[in-house]
Amino acid sequence: MRTPDAGSAVADAHRREWAGVLAATVRVTRDLDLAEECVQEAYAQALVAWRDGVPARPGAWLTTAARRRALDHHRHAAVAQRALPLLVVDEVAPEPVGPPPDDLLALLFTCCHPSLTAEARVALTLRLLGGLSTPEIARAFLVSEPTMAARLTRAKKKIATAGVPFRVPAPEELPRRLGGVLAVVHLVLTTGHTAPTGATLVRDDLLDRAHDLARLLRSRFPDDPDVAGLLALVLLTDARRATRTDTGGALVLLADQDRSRWDAAMIAEGRSLVLGALTSRPVGRYAVLAAIAAVHADAPTFDDTDWPEIVGLYDVVLARWPSPVVALNRAVAVGFADGPDAGLAALDALAGEPRLAGYGYLAAARGELLRRAGRREEARTALEEAALLTANDVEHELLAGRLETLR
Amino acid sequence: MGQYLILIYTDEASMAAMGEQEVGALMAAHQRFGGTHGAALRGGGWLHPTATATTVRRPDGRERDDLAAGEDALVTDGPYVETKEALGGYYVVEAPDLDTALAIARQVPEPFGGVEVRPLRPAMQDLQGS
Repeated sequence: MRTPDAGSAVADAHRREWAGVLAATVRVTRDLDLAEECVQEAYAQALVAWRDGVPARPGAWLTTAARRRALDHHRHAAVAQRALPLLVVDEVAPEPVGPPPDDLLALLFTCCHPSLTAEARVALTLRLLGGLSTPEIARAFLVSEPTMAARLTRAKKKIATAGVPFRVPAPEELPRRLGGVLAVVHLVLTTGHTAPTGATLVRDDLLDRAHDLARLLRSRFPDDPDVAGLLALVLLTDARRATRTDTGGALVLLADQDRSRWDAAMIAEGRSLVLGALTSRPVGRYAVLAAIAAVHADAPTFDDTDWPEIVGLYDVVLARWPSPVVALNRAVAVGFADGPDAGLAALDALAGEPRLAGYGYLAAARGELLRRAGRREEARTALEEAALLTANDVEHELLAGRLETLR
Repeated sequence: MGQYLILIYTDEASMAAMGEQEVGALMAAHQRFGGTHGAALRGGGWLHPTATATTVRRPDGRERDDLAAGEDALVTDGPYVETKEALGGYYVVEAPDLDTALAIARQVPEPFGGVEVRPLRPAMQDLQGS
């Protein structure tokens, strides 16, 4: 029997220390699978060992335990035929001679290497830095567990075989590489914000990971405006988390959210980051997206929202980084700034966009604008279509409720 | 330290349409590339176009009793696979990791296509070295 203290301390350490412990272990094993195994064993060991008291520095304890396991494994593996080549890891001067290597950042850049597919990058990041299980990651990206397991295995094999180094890129490489890492964190954020599937609207685990990763990047690149913009976006988006569903788990729209329960500290920090990031030229995509979130945060009530400002910001995003989803969001904003008819006109321009075919939000936005324009029959058809297209139970329920009012 | 094969894919029609001066400039660019990365280069070559290629393959349905294509192999005119951009040349480079190999690959002069970077299996490296 383990005391609840040891159990919760281990759970807490899993949440806080997983990535750092794993990264430090990878340096020793030079093998991602073996490192994961050793870290898992270290956590299991902690469940027993911490009954007599939780160490002062749980992360250091776990790292030592995992590395000791790794050295044991190494002795066995030296005889056995290795399945994969060892990871390329730079030699470092032993502490305290040199500064400690930034293993955590090296692991992040390895997971987000451009030689991997975008899907593999985000899956590896959630697995190795986020400590999520394969089923949890599979669920977030609408694929089966075997498919996700195969994706992870293939990516790890490519890293080892092609010689993707475990290293923070050199300064001349950094700007290009950092962009790829930010894209992964942004994908974790958007996937967590509205889970594509499942019983809950929000995936707390994904949002927490997006938070941690954005903070990690900010701590390492405090002067980078894109990093500041992304952290601002995470904070301003996540500040609304508690109010986006009611106690029963039902979706609460932006218009109906209790703004007094938005996280004021997150909003204040996000706003100040946005203001800084917006002054850099050329302005970054995440900074503008965060600015849109900041306009919402600044409105004391939904009716006070500065919609023309939001439309203007979406225009900036569309001009520099055109995407049908952004165009859809802009059309919704136009619907509030200039009325439902103007919004519908903006949406009609997107009707033939193949990348929005089967995208439930297009039908949902159209249905909502039609409802506000008083075109009830057409609104019903559009909302019925939207309900068919969402795999998220909470969204489905909201659409069903809307449809009820139109009967 | 490992070896990587850099496969250069190019649009042959555009390549054929180059004037003498352009061909000269491309060759000079490859020479400069060789000068810059000489320490890492282990080999390389520029291929004649696919019109000069001959493919040798095992006839369909033959029992696999021998690893080689054999005497009754099917010999045909043309490359093994027809692609819009065809293999036009290669380099073999020695590099400590993929990032280093990619940094070299970025510098390969190729006006009408791109390059593919593939790690060589260690066994192949040993064969080459012996």
